[in-house]
Amino acid sequence: MARLIRTEKEVEGRYEEVWLVVEEDSLDQWPAGPREIVGRDAVRVDGRERATGQAVYTADLAKPGMLHTAVLRSPHPRARVARIDLAPALAMPGVHAAIGPGDIEQLTSDCSFQGEAIAAVCADSLAHARTALRAIVCEFEVLEPLLDPDEAVRQGSLLGEARERSRGDYERGLAEADVVVEAEFRTQVVLHNSMETHQAVVEWMADGVEVHISTQYIWGIRDAVAQGLALPPDKVRIVCHYMGGGFGSKNSPDDYTFIAAELAKRTNRPVKCALTRREENTAAGNRNATIQRLTVGARSDGTLTALGGEFVNAVGWDGWSSGTEGPMQMLYACPNVKTTTYGAKLNLPPMKAFRAPGFVEGTFGLEALLDELATKLDLDPLELRRRNHTEATPEGNEYSGKNLLECYRRAEPHWERRHEVRARSTETVKRGVGMASQIWYGGGGPPSYAWIRVGSDGRATVVTAMQDSGTGTKTAMAQIAAEELGIPLEHVTVTLGDSDRGPYAAISAGSSTTPSMGPAVRAAAADARGQIEDIAEQRGLKGAPVHEVVDVLEDSQILGKGARGPNPTGMQVLTFGVQVAEVAVDIETGEVWVERIAAVHDVGRVINPLGASSQIEGGIIQGIGHTLSEERLHDPATGRLLTTTLDAYKLPTIADVPEIVSELIDEPDTHLTNLGSKGLGEPPIIPTAAAIANAIRDATGADVRRLPISREEMLRALREAETRQKEKVGAPAGV
Amino acid sequence: MQLTVNGHQYEVHGEVGTTLAEALREELSLTGTKIACGEGHCGACTVLVDDEPVLSCITLVHAVDGARVTTIEGLRDHPMIDAFVRSDALQCGFCTPGQIVSAVALVESEPAPTTEQIRHAMAGNLCRCGAYPKIEEAIRTWQG
Ligand code: FES
Ligand code: FES
Repeated sequence: MARLIRTEKEVEGRYEEVWLVVEEDSLDQWPAGPREIVGRDAVRVDGRERATGQAVYTADLAKPGMLHTAVLRSPHPRARVARIDLAPALAMPGVHAAIGPGDIEQLTSDCSFQGEAIAAVCADSLAHARTALRAIVCEFEVLEPLLDPDEAVRQGSLLGEARERSRGDYERGLAEADVVVEAEFRTQVVLHNSMETHQAVVEWMADGVEVHISTQYIWGIRDAVAQGLALPPDKVRIVCHYMGGGFGSKNSPDDYTFIAAELAKRTNRPVKCALTRREENTAAGNRNATIQRLTVGARSDGTLTALGGEFVNAVGWDGWSSGTEGPMQMLYACPNVKTTTYGAKLNLPPMKAFRAPGFVEGTFGLEALLDELATKLDLDPLELRRRNHTEATPEGNEYSGKNLLECYRRAEPHWERRHEVRARSTETVKRGVGMASQIWYGGGGPPSYAWIRVGSDGRATVVTAMQDSGTGTKTAMAQIAAEELGIPLEHVTVTLGDSDRGPYAAISAGSSTTPSMGPAVRAAAADARGQIEDIAEQRGLKGAPVHEVVDVLEDSQILGKGARGPNPTGMQVLTFGVQVAEVAVDIETGEVWVERIAAVHDVGRVINPLGASSQIEGGIIQGIGHTLSEERLHDPATGRLLTTTLDAYKLPTIADVPEIVSELIDEPDTHLTNLGSKGLGEPPIIPTAAAIANAIRDATGADVRRLPISREEMLRALREAETRQKEKVGAPAGV
Repeated sequence: MQLTVNGHQYEVHGEVGTTLAEALREELSLTGTKIACGEGHCGACTVLVDDEPVLSCITLVHAVDGARVTTIEGLRDHPMIDAFVRSDALQCGFCTPGQIVSAVALVESEPAPTTEQIRHAMAGNLCRCGAYPKIEEAIRTWQG
């Protein structure tokens, strides 16, 4: 029976209260371990289309008569447009329309960050649009930008209220500590750099609007576009069959979709608005910088007595203050925790979710701090973490499933390598091993739906309007349907990517696609299987393979439908893991190489081990970029961005990849849905930076405190460690 | 201008300043070649011009008049495609055509490349999804 409930919904660590209609999840989970198809390696069902270039991405779409757009964006972090004249652009060859401040909400004359959209031109070719854009006369009155996050907090320039979270008595916890460690950590701005930039093609139809867009959230775009254009949602069709990466940055329609919509309306043509790489790296979102002032207190046996932190998220002009304090609040059993988190509103481009927003940054701070503590206490870092492990949430709730201790156990052989790794150090190249734990959400939730049809040939088509952002969820859904129906994987087709062709499907963010969609697909397949069993009974074919049962059906079809059931009440659904990094540090030049990373994660049942290993590798490689090379820089005097090209912004290349060993616990979460699967998109990037920083400490004794760990930062940390050593040696006895 | 693309002769008219990538994608509708940066920094637009890998987004079509061009569409039957799919050497797939063209150029001259050679030849092809370990594996095992 359908049931209406009021529940908390979590996306990317943010909770909101929502009304939900949920259908009971009446299927029992499959037993643990690999099944016929689920739990076994499957190559991507759309791998060939993508590899051969047949897949049509939004970037490849060319509608007849389609016009191209160029957008004038503020070159200044803060400025007022004193005068603008679009007429010269309109007079240029090939130009069809131009819009400016006031024409739509997304174009402004009051610019609060570099990259904010001011005007746009559409023309019959991109070259014409770009040339015309340069003809726009635009004069600015440049204003003083606010760039310093601490200054913003002082001035009260905040996004939302400061977030205070505390449990126990932090001051008392500190007083009870035998050792207290304090440190300040800083993390940089990181750019998503999806290979396909943000873009949309919008066309007004006789009845409504059609939007092709590179997105992670078809249904969210549909709602936002309907609202923005004052249309009923049913008159808005959103299409995204293939997309070239998102990593959290493609959850909303943004300025380009509404610019294209307005220009399409004015010209009565389909209009494409695609960001250039430089626009992408200016105005399409980022992982914001953070400042973390952290304190830990512990007894001499390593038991944590107090954890405290002041976190400043340098959010930018817009966005949200993500849960940078989350790991400190959630990872360990510590009874006394107090955190304050500020979201600084600055004249810098807005942040967007980026693969585990807040937790990547917060885990770097917390887990590096814990290793500094371990060094002080002369305790094994892995042992320190075991001693502070918690079986229930620090608030006293149950976890739906938690195998972190098992992750630690399986990480041991990798951790044991440290003696041998250190021994390979030379006079100038020091080697070491470090580890860090991971905690994150990833349970997904309702609503999410799937339909399925089975023809008389015994083949099935799953229909659901979800998207595959490159994670391989399309393949996972095909595996689940094939497993439940008992038919070969090649006999299942998954149709997705179109809001007019299928029911509501979850966002592909927050590691939620598989845990949200998978149970709905299984329920739909089970519905169809039930009907097939009825037919089998009537035909005296009980237990026969599906194609034999349905072969007399001709044009009749078996139609199944399924819905995602609710999450377990009163339980926290979380993912866990640990990574062990091995590094080499050249102590003369400050260069750092990551030589090996071992990852053990607990995300419930694994649907496709091959795809899962790719997700883990991808997360770790992004994590290595975040740790060692990537940084969006701005000129501290003017606030102008300095790293908008892929030449200036250093992404990892194939030559930067270490040996990566990954392992999944693969135990179904018995409380979670008919699958017991959680998401894996985000967990692998979370502990990487901290594991590398801790390996550097193991190798050199130096405490790195800032990402990226550039040579400059590495040499600073080495000098500091040397000074500390000298003071220790030089200090009089007894001090 | 004359171009031989994947064995077929084409007459290409592009305005002065048109890049090879634009001519392929817009004039010939060969959209397998991707543009991810448009300024020579990522390798997504790699095609073969007279068997050499070039970045088509910074190659003017006028500069390759008369040349023989191979794009991903011309490599559909190349075993490297299967190797990429089998090894799961792609995630979102947007960088993949460029990766495969670069990989094919490598193995045409060096059928059994070492890890070192693979990394050297492929370092100009960025993959934000981080499919690198499996790209390396695909190239190591492309002969099946
Ligand atoms: S698109 Fe040509 S190098 Fe990036
Ligand atoms: S597979 Fe997504 S960028 Fe390479």
